[in-house]
Amino acid sequence: MSHIKTTRRGVLKGGAAVGVGLATPTFFTSMANAYTNAPTGGSVTLGFNVPQTGPYADEGNDELLAQQLAVAHLNGEGDGGCLSTFTSKALKGNGILGNKVTFVTGDTQTKSDAARASAKSMIEKDGAIMINGGSSSGVAIAVQGLCQDAGVIFMAGLTHSNDTTGKDKKANGFRHFFNGYMSGAALAPVLEKEYGKDRRAYHLTADYTWGWTQQESIAAATEGVGWETVNNVLTPLASTDFSSYIAPVLNSGADVLVLNHYGGNMVNSLTNAIQFGLLDKQVNGKDFKIVVPLYSELMAAGAGENIKGVFGSMNWNWQLQDDGTKAFVKSFGEKYGKPPSNSAQTCYAQTLLYADACERAGTHNPCGVAEALEGFEFDGLGNGPTLYRADDHQCFKDVLVVKGAENPTNAYDTLEIVEKTPRAQVEYAPDHPMFAGGALGDCNPGA
Amino acid sequence: MDAILLQILNGLDKGSAYALIALGLTLIFGTLGVVNFAHGALFMIGSFCAVTLQKILNISSITIDETQKDFLGNPLKVKTPYVEAWFGEVTGQAIINWSVPLAILFAIPIMLLVGFVMERGLIKHFYKRPHADQILVTFGLAIVLQEIIKAMYGANPIPTPAPDVFRGSLDFGVLLGFDPNAVIYPYWRLIYFAFSTVVIAAVFSFLQFTTFGMVVRAGMADRETVGLLGINIDKRFTFMFGVAAAVAGLAGVMYTPINSPNYHMGMDFLVLSFVVVVVGGMGSLPGAVLAGFMLGILESFASMNEIKSIIPGIDQIIIYLVAIVILMTRPRGLMGRKGVMEE
Repeated sequence: MSHIKTTRRGVLKGGAAVGVGLATPTFFTSMANAYTNAPTGGSVTLGFNVPQTGPYADEGNDELLAQQLAVAHLNGEGDGGCLSTFTSKALKGNGILGNKVTFVTGDTQTKSDAARASAKSMIEKDGAIMINGGSSSGVAIAVQGLCQDAGVIFMAGLTHSNDTTGKDKKANGFRHFFNGYMSGAALAPVLEKEYGKDRRAYHLTADYTWGWTQQESIAAATEGVGWETVNNVLTPLASTDFSSYIAPVLNSGADVLVLNHYGGNMVNSLTNAIQFGLLDKQVNGKDFKIVVPLYSELMAAGAGENIKGVFGSMNWNWQLQDDGTKAFVKSFGEKYGKPPSNSAQTCYAQTLLYADACERAGTHNPCGVAEALEGFEFDGLGNGPTLYRADDHQCFKDVLVVKGAENPTNAYDTLEIVEKTPRAQVEYAPDHPMFAGGALGDCNPGA
Repeated sequence: MDAILLQILNGLDKGSAYALIALGLTLIFGTLGVVNFAHGALFMIGSFCAVTLQKILNISSITIDETQKDFLGNPLKVKTPYVEAWFGEVTGQAIINWSVPLAILFAIPIMLLVGFVMERGLIKHFYKRPHADQILVTFGLAIVLQEIIKAMYGANPIPTPAPDVFRGSLDFGVLLGFDPNAVIYPYWRLIYFAFSTVVIAAVFSFLQFTTFGMVVRAGMADRETVGLLGINIDKRFTFMFGVAAAVAGLAGVMYTPINSPNYHMGMDFLVLSFVVVVVGGMGSLPGAVLAGFMLGILESFASMNEIKSIIPGIDQIIIYLVAIVILMTRPRGLMGRKGVMEE
């Protein structure tokens, strides 16, 4: 009979070996595979990186609800949502490539460093093969860079800066959401029609990547229809009271105020502008007007009655009447008791688009998925006929021009659709100067 | 000239909020010697008192309207606030419309209670601990309070408008002989300034002209001697903590129409208010008020395009820059008392 002698040193050595084995991130174990986090054991893990704390937590929560709904639909649960309206019929409701879809979540806190840390953790510890979500361009650009380096696909959530698919574009990153250029191209003709050619605009702009590119886009588009840009004042992102910036507007000779603000900044700057009675004034013999180029339903609710009649643009709205929108709104509304926001819709669509690309490519390999997404034309997800352009991984589709509802009938009736701007009107060349300076580079499969 | 006048008005308005919060902070520091990093949270709770009253007044009966549809195509649930059913549509709507001013009455007892519970339940255990411990525990408390508010009301800002009669702006310039629209200022912001002046005057009068206030001032100057005279100064200081909480809460209530309340609004004011207290002089009530208005005005001037074109980004650092200069030239702050925070 053999005798095993147990020593303190032996126990320590064994414990250390087991500990190292358990602690080894899947990032390293995946080295044996052809790409990062190749699925094993019949399941595939998606990483949903959304703001769960901080000022955008409600928007993040809406995104997460939509992502969970997408996972349920991919796994054949619920009513299937847009699986029945999506023109690609590759998805069967049996997971992705036969693997059951599971997910992990991360909290971006709407901070680039925190978002990168949570995405890194989901990739390295949890084995996430795709990262989706977010509600800030700064965060999206930071996480996109991380995903490129780690060798996973990044399906951006709400990010509207031209830079995301412009100078900061990456081969592993894809954006379904529209951008600042498209907002300008859609809004300018409507503004010209409503307010005339002879207008003088004063811009207040959030001082970071999204604000800069949106301001550049809106100014160029409105100047293209004859408007003059009187001034552009950069406001700190941390500002809460904009009275000091709004007070000089009336004396500047401007008759339109453009608020290149989003989220809490937008709610506060618009509220402050209304308090100063700008919309009650006349300048240059014309009624003073305010424009908020990028709207979201949640922020519109935060601004309350202040948004009445104020024009802006959106990626999507639950009031659209196409089959894809109806299916998604029904599915989301029956499960959660409220209509989805446009950030929720983009995350839902991105999750389905990723899964569909895997099915069509026949692999989870990021390079195969990227190839399947590049140049992909589809419909039935709520935005009408859409193209995922290969040159920059930007989706091209119709853009909505909206305005604050004049006579809302319920809590969700905050915005009304003014125009569905056709895709052709918001398209631009891949080498357009506003998007110049970066290169997609090569797809990185990771391991 | 009109631009300067406009920024002075702006500064007085901003300074009102800084002064009210800094006044409460100084009251607590001067009486109890506690550095209260939860004071911004008290301002936030005051704002949510207004939100809560607005929600209470909007509690509604629900009827089904078959002629209208909701977003899913189901018959619409129409809400009718009970106050409209009880007092008639016109009176009911007027009550809801005046929810922010009414919230002043609603908030005072709540804030006094919150202050009392906070002081008796937690802060009294840290009187004899170093200031670093006090800062840590009160900062932790502030985070707990804001997370509770977030769990109850969500992270999104909640619109809480002023009564209709106070919407719009006053053409202040015309009153002073300027062109129309040269100096316009919102009615509610003028009311906020007037309100803060009244509250500050009331606090000073209370401390200056009442026996209770006299004892508190004596306690602030020499706690031990007042105690030796047989006066229970602790009880009075606890009450003053409640008063400080109520001042912060009232500042928050009246601020709701200016910016829609959200759970982290207290943190936005906290650091600035501490700078105000330090610049004014630790423990000096007039110093806190003076520094609040002064820094508010300087911050407004720094936001002017003419100034920013000379020194870009000055609007973001002006308060801290001034604080450095004042503390280098007057280490006790503008009106700091000798011996306070100097041991």
